Amino acid sequence: MIPLGPLPAAVPPSWYLILSAILFALGVLGFLLRRNIITVFMSIELMLNAVNLSFVTFSYVLKRVDGHIFSFFVMVVAAAEAAVGLAIILTVFKNRQTLEIDEVSSLKN
Amino acid sequence: MDTILFLIFAAIAVICGINLVVQTHPISSALSLVGVMGALAALYLLLGGEFIAAAQLVVYAGAIMVLFVFVIMLLNAGTEKRLNVRPLGKYLGAPLLLVFFGMMAYLIQKVMPPSSPVVFGAFQGGTAAEIGKSLFTVYLLPFEVTSVLILIAILGAIVLARKEVD
Repeated sequence: MIPLGPLPAAVPPSWYLILSAILFALGVLGFLLRRNIITVFMSIELMLNAVNLSFVTFSYVLKRVDGHIFSFFVMVVAAAEAAVGLAIILTVFKNRQTLEIDEVSSLKN
Repeated sequence: MDTILFLIFAAIAVICGINLVVQTHPISSALSLVGVMGALAALYLLLGGEFIAAAQLVVYAGAIMVLFVFVIMLLNAGTEKRLNVRPLGKYLGAPLLLVFFGMMAYLIQKVMPPSSPVVFGAFQGGTAAEIGKSLFTVYLLPFEVTSVLILIAILGAIVLARKEVD
């Protein structure tokens, strides 16, 4: 699959997609494993970044600019999401004095 | 040269990504995320996305991560409690993850139609001029709707974070 021996002069686009998939999987892993709200939130940002890399790679493959526009919009949405999300985290901390997601469970049951 | 650059920055991105998941202190995770974003900006440059690379550094690594670090400092977030992982997950988790990555790589190689390798400078469509042209003609409506989204986000952040005034 991955050629052993001398390295090719340039990598195929699928390597970028594999990197994107690995980063996305790491983001999912962090989202599921971490217990701190802020780290969970940062894992979401990592997933958004991984998707952006896919967009830009496909933009290169298809020789069109649309992928760049899409990743630009993803960045805008991520910025808006960070502003609102961090405000929510501040409010949660103000009301409960904790950042552990397991202790913020009043919607459970 | 392109291969070496890709491998270097991909390694930085993956190592920082793993570090983000493994570290227990939020500040370490935040700095790892900055590393991922910097490496991704370099990869965007390799793919011909000059504007996106600059925006990645300015918006993500500059603005969003500063906001994150600011909140972490403000809330004085400390180390989180260790997870108690079951022994099965402890010893089988990492190998299974590697197997999963391998299968994913195989699948992507298989599904992706053969295409010309990524050479730096082969794609010139990612300049600010091209993106601006596209943004203000084809994607004008989504671009304008984005401004409404940001306005709502600002209002939401203010409403959520304000002091209760009775």
